[in-house]
Amino acid sequence: MTLLTEKRAPRAHKETHKIRGKVHLREHLMGWLFVGPFGVVFLAFLIAPLLYALYLSLFQKKLIGGTSFVLFDNYVKAFTDPSFLSGAWFVIRFSLVAIPLQIVIALAMALILDAVTSLFARFSRLIIFLPYAIPTVIGAVMWGFLYSKGFGPLTDIFGLFGADAPDFLSSNLIFYGLLNVVTWQWVGYYMIILYAALQGVDPTLYEAARMDGAGRWQIALRIKIPLIAPALILILVFSLIGTLQFFNEPQILRYLAAGTIGSDFTPNMYAYQQAFSLANFNYGSAISFALGGIVFICVYAFLFFTRKRRSFL
Amino acid sequence: MKRRRILATVAMLAAGSGLVACSSDEGGSDASNCTNTITKQNLPVVTMWGWYPNTQLVVDNFNKLHDDVQVCWTNVGQGGDEYDKFQTAISAGTGAPDVIMVEADRIPTFQIQGALVDIKQYGYDAVKANYGEGAWKDVSVGDAVYGVPVDGGPMGMIYRKDIFDKYKITPPKTWAEYEQAAQKVKDAGGPLFGDLGANVPAVLMALQIQKGASPFTFDPAQPKSIGVKLNDQASKDVLDYWGGLAKKGLVGTQDQFVPEYISGVINGKYATYISAAWAPGYLTGAGVGKGQDTGKFAVAPLPQWDPANPVQVNWGGSAFSVTKQAKKPELAAKVAYGLYADKESLTDGWTNQIIFPLNLTALNDPAFIDLKVAFFNGQQANKEVYVPAANAYKGVAYAPFGQYYLDAMTKQISEVIKGSVTGSQAADRLQEDVAKYAKEQGFTVQ
Repeated sequence: MTLLTEKRAPRAHKETHKIRGKVHLREHLMGWLFVGPFGVVFLAFLIAPLLYALYLSLFQKKLIGGTSFVLFDNYVKAFTDPSFLSGAWFVIRFSLVAIPLQIVIALAMALILDAVTSLFARFSRLIIFLPYAIPTVIGAVMWGFLYSKGFGPLTDIFGLFGADAPDFLSSNLIFYGLLNVVTWQWVGYYMIILYAALQGVDPTLYEAARMDGAGRWQIALRIKIPLIAPALILILVFSLIGTLQFFNEPQILRYLAAGTIGSDFTPNMYAYQQAFSLANFNYGSAISFALGGIVFICVYAFLFFTRKRRSFL
Repeated sequence: MKRRRILATVAMLAAGSGLVACSSDEGGSDASNCTNTITKQNLPVVTMWGWYPNTQLVVDNFNKLHDDVQVCWTNVGQGGDEYDKFQTAISAGTGAPDVIMVEADRIPTFQIQGALVDIKQYGYDAVKANYGEGAWKDVSVGDAVYGVPVDGGPMGMIYRKDIFDKYKITPPKTWAEYEQAAQKVKDAGGPLFGDLGANVPAVLMALQIQKGASPFTFDPAQPKSIGVKLNDQASKDVLDYWGGLAKKGLVGTQDQFVPEYISGVINGKYATYISAAWAPGYLTGAGVGKGQDTGKFAVAPLPQWDPANPVQVNWGGSAFSVTKQAKKPELAAKVAYGLYADKESLTDGWTNQIIFPLNLTALNDPAFIDLKVAFFNGQQANKEVYVPAANAYKGVAYAPFGQYYLDAMTKQISEVIKGSVTGSQAADRLQEDVAKYAKEQGFTVQ
């Protein structure tokens, strides 16, 4: 028996290998076919433009003298350019305030909605999520009007108490004006992600915790939050990338407050101005890549410090 | 199984070809995508971008009058929006229209990039007499002509008659009187006297020129060198003056051309508006002078620094230029010369206060000069203020990097408003900033 099988085995093995190889090849081809459309779009609309931008960023174009190859001069210029540096510093500061604020609010809401099961909770969930469904441009325009001292509601509300309404579009308060818009827009979205993660937690865990004598607070802090940590980290990374690339809201509010929000307010806006207003695509590309570098460093640092907690990426 | 796979492949290919189809669209320069309807078929078509409120009528008039060429018009946005698109088309080498409406101060910016055509050879002599010398100067670089003037922006001081009457003041003739009047109104608990908007750097530039500044000197024979003088005494004085008014709370610091400002104008928050001849039309369009503020506006000549030697300045004004991407420049030039130059269009333009015409057939038309402007409650604004201002305007040399200069100036005005720098300091910083940019762009700065 043993001999027989031993003799037969290699042949059988070979045959199955052959068949498996054929299947493999077919599966392989099918796989490529399915990945193909994505791959084409990915290459054409992400990789190719990126490479082209990188190529552009190595040149310098002057009104007098034309284009010349300068290697990394544009990057040296960017990292010594006060406009770029102040913009980068702004988005970093903004991230440090906006992201924790949004996450805390979103987490609190998700926990409350998870704990309360009533019709009201379902309604609240929709209402909190609604701002995310409004396009950023429209949201920014809307807040621009709400902030207006001439016909916004703030003047009336503060007038009731005999106070002067703050001007959220002035250079002193624009930080908070934008903070409010961004928080309003994104909290609902983060809340939904966290809420969905909470729904995925096995309820028997809560039961076990209750039997061990844990209260609601303890369940929330010691069981729910640790279990949805991967989702938390996911939205932190999303919001970090999004906030460092801050563009839409300030660009729209700029139409109402060009004095407060300069053309170099954030690095992305500065890149836009350089490329599309001043026709300096080369320097604009360099700024974009420099910003990409900053985003990469920030995200990498963040993931490094949270490496024990994450279960994705 | 097999059929399904074939279907899937076909679907994928179809999706792929869809993408390819998208990329062959040429966008702005496409003649099949006109805002206006071309009724005469089988004629050569010239594409045009512009944003006059009555462009539709102007284009229709042109098309009606011409049997050899038709205009296809697209409105791609006002001012900066259009320039950004044009700039992108220049960089891309494709996508620009044949004829484009540009403000005179932008012509050098596009000209230096070789994006505009010198139209002197295409019929300039025939229309030369239709415009004043100053008008031609603003659209020329050296001897070459890069645009056909359409409208100008001679400046004046629009004011609220009701506020002036209430506080018993007469229109100030000098800037010193302007400040005194502002103080008087403020002391009596009245509204702000004017506004310093960070987003209208062109106004401050004009006011600096009024005091004797000449920001840019540019000799087309030596295109590599440019004179940048943004911190001479006149420039500093004007910035200090306005910074001072803002600091003392005599004028507002609101951005202009935004709903906030317009609502302020309607509600009588500002006693004066330092602006140009096209402002009544713009304000009317924005809803000013139609409700409670009907007939409350009047206009007076721009206050002067030295009333013995008055200087008139200009804000805005536009022209039609022919772009290098035009396939038939001669035909495009014909359109540029002819658009908004017929009597019907011009009359519509000035009766509705859309443009302050530079075409002499309109400018010298008694009906235009004597017009009793409804916005100013029947005041003969053209005769009293704007036509004399236009006639006294000498023209200006604009920067070939106008966009950068204006952006940088906005930044500095904003700093002055914040109070972090004085007007003089802002002028010094602006000089440094713009001179550095000019050098980076390869100019020799004098």
